[in-house]
Amino acid sequence: MRRSMLFLPGNNPNMLINAAVLGADAVIFDLEDAVSPAEKDAARILVRNTMRYMDLSGCERIVRINSVDTAFWQKDLLAILPEKPDLILLPKTGSAEDVLLAERFMDEAEESLGLEKGAVGLMPLIETALGVENAFAIASATPRVKALFLGAEDLTADLQCKRTKESREIEYARTRLVVAARAAGVDVYDTPFTDVNDDEGIELDALTAKGLGFTGKASISPRHVEVINRVFTPTLEEIDYAYEVMDAIEEAKRQGKGAIALYGKMIDAPIVARAERTIAMAKALGLERRA
Amino acid sequence: MTKLVKSIREVIELCGLKDGMTVSFHHHLRNGDHVLNLVMAEIAELGLKDIFVNASSLFDVHTPLGEHIKNHVVTGIGADYISAGLGRAISRGIMEKPVEFRTHGGRPADMARGSSPVDVAFVAAPTADPMGNCTGKIGKSACGSLGYAFADAMYAKKVVVITDNLVPYPLEGFSISEDFVDYVVQVDAIGDPKGIVSGTTRITRDPVGLVMAETAARVIDASGLLTDGFSFQTGAGGATLAAAKFLKEIMLKKGVKGSFGLGGITAYLVDMLRAGCFERLLDVQCFDLDAVESLRTDPRHQEISAMHYASPVAKSAAVNSLDVVLLGATEIDCDFNVNVHTDSQGSIMGGSGGHSDTAAGAKLSMIIAPMFRARLPIITDRVTCISTPGKDVDVLVTQGGIAVNPRRADLRDRLLDAGLNVVDIRELKEKTERITGTPRALPRGDRVVAKVISRDGDVLDEIYSIPEMK
Repeated sequence: MRRSMLFLPGNNPNMLINAAVLGADAVIFDLEDAVSPAEKDAARILVRNTMRYMDLSGCERIVRINSVDTAFWQKDLLAILPEKPDLILLPKTGSAEDVLLAERFMDEAEESLGLEKGAVGLMPLIETALGVENAFAIASATPRVKALFLGAEDLTADLQCKRTKESREIEYARTRLVVAARAAGVDVYDTPFTDVNDDEGIELDALTAKGLGFTGKASISPRHVEVINRVFTPTLEEIDYAYEVMDAIEEAKRQGKGAIALYGKMIDAPIVARAERTIAMAKALGLERRA
Repeated sequence: MTKLVKSIREVIELCGLKDGMTVSFHHHLRNGDHVLNLVMAEIAELGLKDIFVNASSLFDVHTPLGEHIKNHVVTGIGADYISAGLGRAISRGIMEKPVEFRTHGGRPADMARGSSPVDVAFVAAPTADPMGNCTGKIGKSACGSLGYAFADAMYAKKVVVITDNLVPYPLEGFSISEDFVDYVVQVDAIGDPKGIVSGTTRITRDPVGLVMAETAARVIDASGLLTDGFSFQTGAGGATLAAAKFLKEIMLKKGVKGSFGLGGITAYLVDMLRAGCFERLLDVQCFDLDAVESLRTDPRHQEISAMHYASPVAKSAAVNSLDVVLLGATEIDCDFNVNVHTDSQGSIMGGSGGHSDTAAGAKLSMIIAPMFRARLPIITDRVTCISTPGKDVDVLVTQGGIAVNPRRADLRDRLLDAGLNVVDIRELKEKTERITGTPRALPRGDRVVAKVISRDGDVLDEIYSIPEMK
């Protein structure tokens, strides 16, 4: 379950040490934009050691490596893969070829390092116009791809438009990514909201993302984590409804019916699948059905 | 009859101050105080020696004391708190006699007991009339409450009011009344308003501090104490202040109508009063301008003396009616003893203030501290200095879990029932040391530079000099 993903600069030991207590479902150790070229080596070692020695129980570990057009990404993977990250966030992914390039290197690295092959998933970061247009090809390039991730800051620069709080400029990219990811059967995560002092803005932005179908949302500030978690946690009404759907399906089976309606609406496979996801998430969060 | 005296020098002479006597000061003007330095400079000019300075707190603005110590003008110091700059000089051994640290409740108690007599008290008064009725609520140097000065006025043999805002007799709404005052001196400025109050106190933005603050509020919620009539004190430090904000949200959501907020008062407690979280604020000291303004204008916000606040010999003190206090620590040990006197090098950088008074009085005394600061663990086997004994500390909140004093099994059960992350303090120490490593024992010098006197008047611990850096 990843409702919230919190970026932590890979060169900030104080933040890395406290990664597990900031409330995020996943942390993203950043070796890319947060780290200047002169500090890449130090940050790589720091992140590797954090992953090796720190107990981050209950918190997934994602690493944003440098993009495949830099001199750093292969060193990043060689240092990080032995620490078994949950996902690798691959920045500036523009095409399926970028993903396959990273995958080939990961295959070889896993082989040479004696690691389980294919164990570490990829999450392409879509932050260019080309990446948006190639979103489905990227999402379905390899089974290693577990999710897509929208990065709106770089994307709006590429689109030559201004990044605004209203986010009209990324509406197309958001919906395009959700459709592509769902078509490929993977998760999809929304871009961070960058004004750390706007408590209302983050809530509205997270609600928009949830409404569009995103699985969760990233954050650059620990202050946003609680709001994101709250927005992406199923409501008690949603949990109740999910159980009612499962009850209705059970009842239909008992009665030998192929189809059944709930509140006048036919229950079909996608609705059941959603109900199952909601119940699984509720159970993971210790939330129960109301009496 | 007139009590007005032209100068500080003249008033010192009129009071009959002699070598070996004790003078006292209060610290409501904080790091903006001019009065202590003005008076001590005149005492030095007069050639007096061997003076004992009893101040409720000393700040870095008082560093000129260092010169008076070197020149043997000052040979004894008593204080409830000494800030880091002056503290470092004392830790390096500039005093021959150990400093006497008391608590905000213990200081007036020892004056009342007669064990800490004062010859001349100097009361810095933001507004006074010619007979010595005075207040901190108005004037260009307004500081709000004069809580700590009441005992000085009551118990000193001679009392001098020093003001920079002399108004006609009788002053309306005085705090300290003329019947205690011998002399009044007008000066240009008793302090620098910029240093008197911090202006606005701000909630921490440190994400780890916020995690701890929210946990602290949840501990209070789970403690069973958060019901109508609830009373509360918190410090002005980042995380404890943030905890007040989270607590306010819980109180408003649950509709809890508290009785009083206590202690050093900040804008956040004023905000809680206005939001209906409390019926009253009992104010021994104002930390910011909002608190000063509230004390001046809101009758629900009441000034109290240090005796009323925390004295163990008072017939009753407000700390004994307190439900919850949130406190800080520079170190805490596995027996829950807390150090707020010295830093990680063993150098003096604070003091109990009301720490051990409120910990002793409150039903729930909670320490909020990170597991480590600048890679040094906060939990130790034995604190460098016992400021507040572990028997008075109920719970430690860190970002890595909540440790409950084994004496409070009832509280531990409540927190566990609420699903909070309760851990053994030794486990928390080990968990921290897995990150930071185990620090080597702190080297210390061979001289006792300060004695920590408990609120009951006994010596609780001794602070040693810091060794010379090689």
